[in-house]
Amino acid sequence: MELTAVPRKISTNWFIKNRWLVLIFIIIIGSIAYAYAVNGRVTTAVLASTLRQSTPLVLGALCGLICERSGVINIGIEGQMLMGAFLAFMANVYLGNLWVALAIGILAGALMGLLLAFMSVTLKMDQIIGGTVINILAIGLTGYFYISGLTTQGKFQPFALGPLAEIPLIGPVFFKNPPITYMAIVIVFVLHYVLFYTRWGLRTRAVGEHPSAADTVGINVYKMRYINVTIGGMLAGLAGAFLTLEGVGTFERGMTNGRGFLALAIMIFGKWTPLGAWGAAFLFGFTYAIQTQLQFMGVNLPPQFIGSLPYILTILVLAGFVGRSRPPAAEGKPYEKEGG
Amino acid sequence: MATDTTSNETVNRTARYLRKAWQGISVPLVAVLLGLIIGALLLLVSGAQPLSAYGALFEGAFGTPAAIQRTLEKATPLIFAGLAVAFAFKAGLFNIGAQGQLLIGAVVAAYVGFSIQGLPAIIHAPLALLIGGLAGALYGFIPGALKTYTGAHEVITTIMLNYVAINITDYLADGPWKDMTPGNIVARTPKIFPSAVLPSLGNIPTGFILALLAAVVAWWILYRTTLGYEIRTVGLNSSAAQYAGIRVAKIVILSMMISGFLAGMGGAVETQGINGRFQPGFNTGIGFDGITIALLGKTNPFGVIPAALLLGAMRAGSSKMQFSAGVAPEITDVITAVILFFVAADIIVKTLIRQRGTDDDKVTLSTGWSGH
Repeated sequence: MELTAVPRKISTNWFIKNRWLVLIFIIIIGSIAYAYAVNGRVTTAVLASTLRQSTPLVLGALCGLICERSGVINIGIEGQMLMGAFLAFMANVYLGNLWVALAIGILAGALMGLLLAFMSVTLKMDQIIGGTVINILAIGLTGYFYISGLTTQGKFQPFALGPLAEIPLIGPVFFKNPPITYMAIVIVFVLHYVLFYTRWGLRTRAVGEHPSAADTVGINVYKMRYINVTIGGMLAGLAGAFLTLEGVGTFERGMTNGRGFLALAIMIFGKWTPLGAWGAAFLFGFTYAIQTQLQFMGVNLPPQFIGSLPYILTILVLAGFVGRSRPPAAEGKPYEKEGG
Repeated sequence: MATDTTSNETVNRTARYLRKAWQGISVPLVAVLLGLIIGALLLLVSGAQPLSAYGALFEGAFGTPAAIQRTLEKATPLIFAGLAVAFAFKAGLFNIGAQGQLLIGAVVAAYVGFSIQGLPAIIHAPLALLIGGLAGALYGFIPGALKTYTGAHEVITTIMLNYVAINITDYLADGPWKDMTPGNIVARTPKIFPSAVLPSLGNIPTGFILALLAAVVAWWILYRTTLGYEIRTVGLNSSAAQYAGIRVAKIVILSMMISGFLAGMGGAVETQGINGRFQPGFNTGIGFDGITIALLGKTNPFGVIPAALLLGAMRAGSSKMQFSAGVAPEITDVITAVILFFVAADIIVKTLIRQRGTDDDKVTLSTGWSGH
């Protein structure tokens, strides 16, 4: 009888499994090298701008990701960012210390994260509504308390990381940045490691995929969700602080301008992994950077067409390459302890 | 004897009906009250006079016939956007793209309005409305089809398409469809012909009546037709719907198109009833307002109307509040957030007014990004 199942040979070779990824990666590296050979100065400028543009986006995406991995949908990233941006700015105005302001921005995000956790875990409120509450609340509070005409002492300045900054191309792009940009890069890798290679990460993912099973083996689902969502809020607060303390340097009403929602898209685009989100954020940052460069070079296209480029490109890439991505199974559902 | 039991039954039924109606509106009412109280506390803390602020707000929204008209005008696009989001929610789709669909509808309606001359108003105005709606539907078709055929998530694609719509409409209003009247330098389309303008019936804008009609039609489709039944089934559990022989792909695309049609029509009404032309930069946050309103209205088309009226009234009154009480209009956003919080966290309100919980009106939207 030929009924015994023959185990399908699964290729364990990472490079073959991810051949598309590898191919795209090679193409990107190749084009960068070519561009650098043709015009080194512009290439460096574009890539440096790419990194700066992508920083708040990747931080926002990491916020969404860590929340969703533990089973809580966070569409309030926009509001959490805005609160972080606003309070960091106010702290910078009144206390005049960038590092204290940074801490306050992160703290503001943490409080907004805590609010989301309270609504979705304790009150078992619908999580989409919870996120929307945060978004409107942030627009309202920041708009109500904002006074125009405030000035600050300044913003974070880039500093070179010793000899690393001397490497051609890579040096000026990666190792000559202001502090929050460095932090974002470190956080991407730390979070990726924590999420996939530590016990904490395993527990977080278990709570997001199958909370009742996690509960059975003694993981405190509520606690895990509370902590993860609060950490997520801190990341969004950091993204907001980036805008007011490092990027723009000042605050305007509604200045996040949809970045929180873009971050959501980037999170899904990156298939709920930190490294994936980083890549997706890069793609976005790149299309922003190239946009200004194209206008600079006097490419004869209506600016609106160039302006649409990042978004159309995202749709095409998403439709063509990424396709269906699977969110954590238990997200969006409040966890009810059985017999409790 | 027989009549006695009948009248008893009637009384019972009326009592039951009233109790049910009270259960339906008590939570939103208390939520609005709590929103106003918390808003007042915030005003007090920041050194403003809550009563004079609220007085001015109310006066600005309902004080004069003109104020009421302004409230209705503000509420009209909000109803359309809320309906668009709510309709998609019923199919398990999260349409963040109402803003883009609305913009496309607005610019296309403007084009129909200014490019065709000589049509009688009875044809021209409805034609512009219809084509504006269809343009929105077409723009809604894109994320629907992308989701069905490539699996691209509608949350991403609709957000992206919002930005694309802003660029498209900017381009049209500053390029091929630009108002070429001498002296005009801003990006805007020409004024539409009077035959395409939606008139006001006294102080009631025609657009508002159309919005009410749209709510009725949306409700009728959802709850009284086979299509609506299929839409709601897909929304609740798309794999079960597939199993039951419903063509999920068709339903997803159709729902997005109807949602886009509603939003596009909202844009057309804005062009034909309020602005008289398309000019970029109006209604920038309308898509997100639509989400708020759909949620406040518990994704029911009839719930959308009072929710939109509430927001519209606050928008209409806030300028008066700013002018005469010196209070920043953003306080209304804080109040909205608190109201939404208490509507959603109805367990708090129900404990507060000691109402035994019935869970049948509970909204569940976030069944995950995949919608099943």
